[in-house]
Parts: sequence; C-alpha cells; structure tokens
Amino acid sequence: MTIVEQTAKKPARITPSWISRLRETDLWWSFWHHPSAVIAAALLLLLVASAFFAPWIVVQNPYDLASLDLLNAEIPPIWMDGGQWRFLIGTDTQGRDLLSAVLYGSRASIIIGAASVAVSLVVGSVLGLIAGYYGKWADSLLMRAGDVLLSMPTMLIAILVSALARQALPASLREIGASAVIVFAISLSAWVQYARTVRALTLVERNKEYVQAARLIRVPTWRILVKHILPNTTTPLLVTATLNFGLGILIEATLSFLGVGMPPEQPSLGTLIRIGNQYLFSGQWWIVLFPGLQLCLLVVSINVLGDWLRDALNPKLR
Amino acid sequence: MLAFLVKRVGNAILVMLTVAFFAFLIFRFLGDPVELMVNESATQVERDELRARLGLNDSFLAQYVRFVGHAAQGEFGLSWRNQQSVATLIAERFPATFELVIIATLLSLLIGIPLGVFTAIGRGRWWAESLQLSSIVGVSLPSFFVGIILILVFSVSLGWLPGYGRGEVVKLGWWSTGLLTASGRAALVLPALSLSLFQITLVMRLVRAEMLETLRADFIKFARARGVKHRALWFRHALKNCLMPVITLTAMQVGNLIAFALVTETVFQWPGMGMLFMQAVTFVDIPVMAAYLCIVSFIFVTLNTLVDIAYAVIDPRLRAA
Repeated sequence: MTIVEQTAKKPARITPSWISRLRETDLWWSFWHHPSAVIAAALLLLLVASAFFAPWIVVQNPYDLASLDLLNAEIPPIWMDGGQWRFLIGTDTQGRDLLSAVLYGSRASIIIGAASVAVSLVVGSVLGLIAGYYGKWADSLLMRAGDVLLSMPTMLIAILVSALARQALPASLREIGASAVIVFAISLSAWVQYARTVRALTLVERNKEYVQAARLIRVPTWRILVKHILPNTTTPLLVTATLNFGLGILIEATLSFLGVGMPPEQPSLGTLIRIGNQYLFSGQWWIVLFPGLQLCLLVVSINVLGDWLRDALNPKLR
Repeated sequence: MLAFLVKRVGNAILVMLTVAFFAFLIFRFLGDPVELMVNESATQVERDELRARLGLNDSFLAQYVRFVGHAAQGEFGLSWRNQQSVATLIAERFPATFELVIIATLLSLLIGIPLGVFTAIGRGRWWAESLQLSSIVGVSLPSFFVGIILILVFSVSLGWLPGYGRGEVVKLGWWSTGLLTASGRAALVLPALSLSLFQITLVMRLVRAEMLETLRADFIKFARARGVKHRALWFRHALKNCLMPVITLTAMQVGNLIAFALVTETVFQWPGMGMLFMQAVTFVDIPVMAAYLCIVSFIFVTLNTLVDIAYAVIDPRLRAA
C-alpha cells in the first residue's frame, strides 16, 4: 500500500515542472542579475500586450474608413493647445487617432517580424541540416546560393523583391499578399545565417558517437537529424533569431517608409512615418514622432535582450 | 598564392554572373519593352520589326550573353521613363552618392574609434557602460527615423542646417562635387551623420572588443612594466593592433552603406543613385533597376574580394582556403 503511494508521488519529483527547471538554470540567474535585460523584457511585454489587445484599448479602429472623420484631422497631442482627451497623442491628416494607429501598426510589425524569423529559421535549419549531414553537391549548391545572396546587401534584396512582387502579383492579390511578400523578402536572405550555423554544427555533431550509435540501431535519418542533431544547435540559433526579429521589424518599417511595403490602407508604423514626413515642414511633428518612437522602443528592447542573451550563452565570458 | 588568387577572383566572377542573370531575368520578363517603346497606333509589322531589331527573338542564352557583354562595358540600354541612356543617368548621380558614403565612412572612423577606445579602457565604470548600452540603441534606431529627427531638430526647429537637397555643386569634368561650396558642405552634414550613425556604433563595438582582447596581451603588461605612459599605451601600442579588423569592416561596409544611402537619400531628397533607384521603382523603370542592382553588387563583390586578397597577402596561412 505504501509502496504504491510512493511510486505514485515520485514522478512529480523526477520530472519537475518546466518552470522549476527553468528557475535552476544559469540563464534564469543571469537574467535577474542584469537590470537592463529585465527592463527590456518588461518593456517588450508591455509593448506586445498593448499591441495585441489594441482593439479593446483604443477608441476607434483606425483602419475602418467609416470611423474616420476629416473634421478630426491634425489635432495636436493633449498637452498642446487644441488637444482633445479622445486623442491622447493627436490625430493624423485623415482624422485617425494616432495612438490607435500606432498600436495597430506595432501589431503588424510584431507579426511580420515573428513570421519572418519563423520562416527563415525553419528553412535555414532544414537546409543547414541537409547540407551538413549529406555534404557533397547539396552542400556546395546551398552554400554557393548563400554566397550569392550575401553578396548583396539585405536591405537592397528586400526592397527589390518587394517592389518587383508588386508588379508581378495580380491586382486582386496585392493587398492580401502584401505582408506575405514582405515576409518572403526578409526571409530570402535571412535564412543563410541560420543555414550556415546549423551546417557548421552538424558537421561537428555528425561524427560523434551518439550519432553513430543511432545510425547503428537504424534510427531513420530524418529522426537523427531532427531529434538528435538539431537540439544541439539551438543555443546559437536563439541569439540569431532574437536579433533577426528586431531586424525584420526594422526592414518592414523601412520598406513601408519607402512606399514598397504595406499598402497605405493597412496599418504599419513605416507608412505612418512616411505620411508624417510629408508634414514635417508644416509643423505637425507628432504624426512622425510617435510612430517612430514606438518603433525605436520595440527594436531597442528586442536588441537589448538579444545582446544580453548572446553574452549569457557565451561560455567564454563566464 | 596564384591558385588562391584565381579561385577567389573566379568566385567573384561567378557571383557577378549570377547577379547579372537575375538582373537579366527581371529585365527580360517583367514588362514587355516593345509595348512600352512603340506608340499606340503601331502596326503588328512595326512591332515585329522593333522586336527583331532589339534582338528579342534570339535564343535565351544569346540574349543573356549580350546583356552581360553590354553590362561589362557599362551599357544598360535606355531608361523606359525618359529615354535617356541609363549609363549617363547613373554617371550623373554617382558623385552625390559617392561623396555621401565617403564622408559617412570618415565620420564613423573619426567618432567610432575614440569612443571604442574609451569604452574599453573605462570598462566597469558607469560612463563607459552606459555608452556601451547606448550603442545598442544606436544599432536599433531605424536610419530613416534618425534622419527625420535630425531634420526636425536642426532644420525645422533650429534652422541651422538645410534639411534637403545637395546645395550648390561645382562641376569638375563629369564629376559634380558639393565639397567646394559652403552650401554644399552644409547640406552634407545631416545626411552623412544620419547614414553614419549605425556604422559609428559598429566601429565602436568592434574597437572595444578588440581593445579588451589586446589589453590582456603580454606585450601590454611588459610595456606597462617598462613605464610607458597610459596614453601612449592605449593609443600607440594597443590601438595599432586593433585597426586591422576595423579596416576590414569599413571596406566590407561600403557596399552596405551604398544600399542604405537609398533610404537616407529618400529622406533628405539627396539627388544620388539611391533616389534614382527609388524613382525607377515607382515608375517600373526596369533598365535603371537592373543597372543599379548590377553596379551596387559589383562594388560590394569587388571590395569583399580585395579584402580577402589583402588578407592572404598579409597572412600566408589563409592562402590554402
């Protein structure tokens, strides 16, 4: 009787919950001992939450044309003459509440940044595993393709792809496809970085005994790659992914600013800044300032976290 | 050494041929040049004649070879927008971009290197650490927003510096320079600063990392034991050993700066290649886009190859690779 009870309780101690396991890691300790990382994480959490709960926070859907009133155009922020409580940080030239537009825009930024990381991470890891494990022509083909892509500046490729896709896509798809095109344009050169990292680590891991053992007992190749080798490459990928998340957000904003990113009727911080830029010399500085600040906060908090992560995961710096 | 040289240059040529291939694909398959060049009332016979004259009936490979041949001589055909030669259009705009990029590079070295040295020797002090933290901010700021803020502060509010255009330029043969007039120099300040901010933080972080490494080396300890003054130690002994990677980074980044100048030029209405490219994008002027792509990649690949070769000359161990 007692034996049964003991075995029933034991598993809880053998496999503790992931939270308590996390709390015992070096990473957890390092996080709480770096104030800048804690502040950045809190800020990022706040920005992400406010962006995703935007529809419940703000006074209007800024991209529903029916809710806009031109009479509300160009109202300054609340602390200036003529400011209104309804529009805390003012309105743009179409009578759009700027706070709502900024929050909707950050949501688009975050989704596009995350999607571009996901796409390039998956594609890059798979190609890197294949190149590193099989070698031969697959390896040289993939690495040469990477060389060519890296021989051109990332931003230039993104602008070119995004601009050309607008011409190539049929008009009906342009609006829906805009975000997909941007994700593709960013991922097109971003995957190379992941592929190179995974390939280099796979080359090291493939000759180790545990892989040979797995091969001996006939574990399927895909399983060796995904379950045995891939987990050993995650640490460096994590840092790259964090920094590329910030980079993806920046590229999307730049594309939209240049007018080759999101179409004007869809929310985007870059588009808001482009519109605001046209009113720079006529005194409506808030249209450009607040979306820009939001963009900076978002990218800075991600990069501070990425920077901390790189140092915390680097065994040489311990 | 010869084998390395051949391999490295061969690799560069291969990359350029691939880039040219993509440029050619864009050039050839996006939009029909015949439709854009003839007028509405042209007959089918006239169209066919033009098609044959432009060589569009030749085989795919023959057209590609001709495209590469022309591109190698700097010939990219006529702009679809205003029927001018693309080569002339780019030659007109090139000096503006070149001056902007060179000044931005100089700024990044002049500001970045001292900042890097200071953050390295002050490691652990609050001012050095906060400078280091603010460098992350510098990397994260979108360059177009930096430009807008500079315009807002120095041009709109204070009125000290012009916020758009290139000022007065002086013609030296086909080269137009803004460096010889006061208004040209004033117009250069804000765009160059906004373009170089990212590069400054990059140089600063690199110098800091290299300095920290070098300061731990034995020869520094000996120099200190010999009684070498601090300043001489930092700037003469340590810094000299850090400059090689900085030079590499600077050379490699010139291509990136030219691409980023595209954004800066749009913000500041700077009449360079980048603005030409953005106008071409708006009007779907494919020949100009193809030419810009080829030229920027050429500069990028050439610099990377030169850096690799320079390294092999200095360090024979790298020649095997």
